[in-house]
Amino acid sequence: MSTIAHERFEAVIGLEVHAQLLTNSKAFAPVAPIYGEAPNTMVTPLCLGHPGTLPVVNENLVRYIIKMGLATNCSVAEKSIFARKNYFYPDLPKGYQISQFDTPICFDGYLDIELEEYNKRIGLTRIHMEEDAGKSIHDQDPYNTLVDLNRAGTPLIEIVSEPDLRTPQEAYAYLTKIKQIVQYLEICDGNMEEGSLRCDANVSVRPRGREKFGTRTELKNMNSFRNVEKAIEFEIYRQIELIESGGEVVQQTRLWDTSKNQTRIMRSKEEAHDYRYFPEPDLPPIIVTTELLDEIKEELPELADVRQKRFAEEYGMSEVDAVTITEDRYLADFFEEVAEAANNPKAASNLVLSDVLRVLNEQSINIKEFNVSPARLAELIKLKEEDKINSSAMQTIFDAMLDNEKSAEELAKEMNLIQVSDTGFLEELVDEIIANNPDEVERFKAGKKQLMGFFVGQAMKASKGKANPKMVTQMVAKKLN
Amino acid sequence: MIPNTIQDARAQILAGNLKLTDLVEHYYTNIDASNEEINAFVYLNKEDALKQAQEIQKKADAGNHGPLMGAVMGIKDVICENGKPTTCASEMLGDFHSVYDATVIERLKAADAIIVGRVNMDEFAMGSTNEYSRYGAARNPHDTTKVTGGSSGGSAAAVAANMANTTLGSDTGGSIRQPASYCGVVGIKPTYGRVSRFGLVAFASSFDSIGPLAHSVEDAAAVLQAIAGFDERDNTSAQLEVPDFVAAAQNPKKDIKIGVPEEFFGEGLDEGVKAIVEANIKKLEENGAEIVPIHLPHTKYGLATYYILATAEASSNLARFDGIRYGHRADKNAVLDELKAEEAEIKARLKAASDEEKPKIETELEKLDSALTRLYKKSRTEGFGPEVKRRIMLGTYVLSAGYYDAYYGKAQRVRRLIQNDFKEAFKQVDVIVSPTAPTTAFDIGSEINDPLQMYLNDAYTISANLAGICGISVPAGTHENGLPVGIQFLGDVFQEEKIINAGRLVELLR
Repeated sequence: MSTIAHERFEAVIGLEVHAQLLTNSKAFAPVAPIYGEAPNTMVTPLCLGHPGTLPVVNENLVRYIIKMGLATNCSVAEKSIFARKNYFYPDLPKGYQISQFDTPICFDGYLDIELEEYNKRIGLTRIHMEEDAGKSIHDQDPYNTLVDLNRAGTPLIEIVSEPDLRTPQEAYAYLTKIKQIVQYLEICDGNMEEGSLRCDANVSVRPRGREKFGTRTELKNMNSFRNVEKAIEFEIYRQIELIESGGEVVQQTRLWDTSKNQTRIMRSKEEAHDYRYFPEPDLPPIIVTTELLDEIKEELPELADVRQKRFAEEYGMSEVDAVTITEDRYLADFFEEVAEAANNPKAASNLVLSDVLRVLNEQSINIKEFNVSPARLAELIKLKEEDKINSSAMQTIFDAMLDNEKSAEELAKEMNLIQVSDTGFLEELVDEIIANNPDEVERFKAGKKQLMGFFVGQAMKASKGKANPKMVTQMVAKKLN
Repeated sequence: MIPNTIQDARAQILAGNLKLTDLVEHYYTNIDASNEEINAFVYLNKEDALKQAQEIQKKADAGNHGPLMGAVMGIKDVICENGKPTTCASEMLGDFHSVYDATVIERLKAADAIIVGRVNMDEFAMGSTNEYSRYGAARNPHDTTKVTGGSSGGSAAAVAANMANTTLGSDTGGSIRQPASYCGVVGIKPTYGRVSRFGLVAFASSFDSIGPLAHSVEDAAAVLQAIAGFDERDNTSAQLEVPDFVAAAQNPKKDIKIGVPEEFFGEGLDEGVKAIVEANIKKLEENGAEIVPIHLPHTKYGLATYYILATAEASSNLARFDGIRYGHRADKNAVLDELKAEEAEIKARLKAASDEEKPKIETELEKLDSALTRLYKKSRTEGFGPEVKRRIMLGTYVLSAGYYDAYYGKAQRVRRLIQNDFKEAFKQVDVIVSPTAPTTAFDIGSEINDPLQMYLNDAYTISANLAGICGISVPAGTHENGLPVGIQFLGDVFQEEKIINAGRLVELLR
């Protein structure tokens, strides 16, 4: 994007995020939404749209969406109704999707996003419930489109932001925040690559200083956080170019093409569906009582912002460390488990922030896929704390634990890394080093105390890393002072 | 002599004078004799029925039979039965078999009712004559040149012609009561939410009710008793205790308050029908009932309101019949050939066109259906009959952007006014009385080309569905034209005992 464009135009962005809920069963059918099962095996007559079937509201769906609403400072409607969104498509078995239209269950909320240079409050227009459609697969059969209805009827919530976002970076930060919240609430796994979190973006540009919004386009098919950022960036650039070259932005839906890194037209406004929304007659209104609301408030877990502050206070963590460790709820949980088991939060945070995070990054996995348990890591910390191993051995053992079921102590013994703290052996070693290095001894005595490192190094070398460096230091100091 | 009612049949079975298998055989004999002419049954399952009869007979002999032992039933082809065809009398579902039992079927089976087969109806329960059926019209047993009424025409005719002692129908705007009236049988439309709709193929979800048709009020009450009650598979079913309907039929109170709404006795009502209904009211009064003139001022908006709301829901409910997963699908090659031919034709015109004409023709080319869209259109055009298409189009129109408020929104508000009319009325009276239909059964073919005239047949029944209240039609006498006339009682929500009570009084006074 040229600097000139930046100076003259600003973007207006609103996001619609769909989060697939981790309820035990589908939104309106008593069957578990299990992903990765053979196509069309997780279905009931209802999911197939058989005549005579009726939807039944999954109670968890209502609880989950209220949790999300409360966590994002929304008002919760005492009464809200379901609506049918009508359109024909082969992966939509009933010919309509059960959704909410003019009475969303949660509305008028906000959340705060953090960017490097500033923080910003983003308004939430609404959060509503709906069911997912099935999946159309266009690339497996050369002549036919295949339809898998396992996903049909899975519960979704749609979170609609106000057009408060101004840059792709803000959009990215907003999405990250949404992901963090749904994960903390344990209502969605937040995985965008697998489609459990999906995002559409409404993008327009306007000359700086103008209040009126420009014509917007809707972007779809962005299946990662980075793609959302890239697609919005591309679209802003495209719209500015268009206007600068005398053209006009046309209201349309555009698809992000990952392979070409560009957006392309999917349908124009004229082709837009008339969804003929009307109240779903098969489902009574959702009534949220004060009792239910209070009950759900009680169930709300500690969210990232609060947890971050607590970590800083309780464990003396730096703000940066606290932010990093609480970014992912499960990482923070993991850390707390290690800290508690080891009874040493400092060592636990060091280990998690440096070693564990390094492995997660290297292997591109998340903490749930990390195969060393907090208990085993706590044991490793204890070994070090008890001076049975030194720092470099700790590192070696940690790496060995990654593909090994053995305990830290077993590994230390096997790899011969248990520190020698035997006074007799160490005295002999220290005496030998003193005898062999008269020059250094003289200079040390003359005040060059930095040479301590040299003596300890010699001891480590001679003991093949097993000497207890603390004891060696003490002995050298005693003998030469 | 084999008795016509469940009640009598069951007494004879328990007395050892009749075997259940013989009762079932009797009905199949009647079906064999009359069905070709009446066209009530569209599917029979004799082997199963006889096997069931043997098993239930054993239970009866041991004294541990269910409450509907002796019920030999036909099921309207719109209610799902596992493994059996459920066609809704539509080409769209011509070869469709349901894969599960509706809640009402489960409950009938649990109560030891025997199902002999499935009965005719108007396609997807849309119609008032049973003429819109893939199986052809059912015929009125009292005069086979006349319609049965509809949409539960087969249900009413089967009972009237003694092909079954009871049947299930469905009532969205009068579809149980009106054919019951035309065929001279009893029909109950329960309160919305009293009977689970799970397994009833939806026409208009906020109007549809399943109910019984029978020879007597007590039989109808017994069947209703068996199928009523909360069902967790239907979120609109009511979590209420079910009162003893059979007791209400057996010991009717005489001193009931009956409201007579002026609006139901006005223009359009046949004089003969009116006279019979009024004679019945008079007898009820002489017998101890208090007659109270009442008003239901919004009645005149009922038909219009109904045909907006019910068709809106229908247009959405019938969207699932798209030929993708089941049901009729147009021939794929025919679709592709058709599109290819159209494309060639437009291109040829484009070639010959002047520059001026070209843009318009190019737009035509652009707007040509995708193969998928054309497949939908063709499958649905071929699969649905004329009345169903008419209602889908009407419903689609009233829900369209820009029209919603003027039609659907307004109709919803009027629906509430009609509900309030009844709420007010039931503060004063136990039941409301009226003719069930403005006329007796008319000639087959006489109204099929005049949908508006046909819709008027539902004028007295439709408001019960709009208000969600219950209604019963009971035979009230014979018109001078020789055809049966029905009298209707409407009751407040979940007050079926009261309409059963009133219906039974009419029976006793006949």
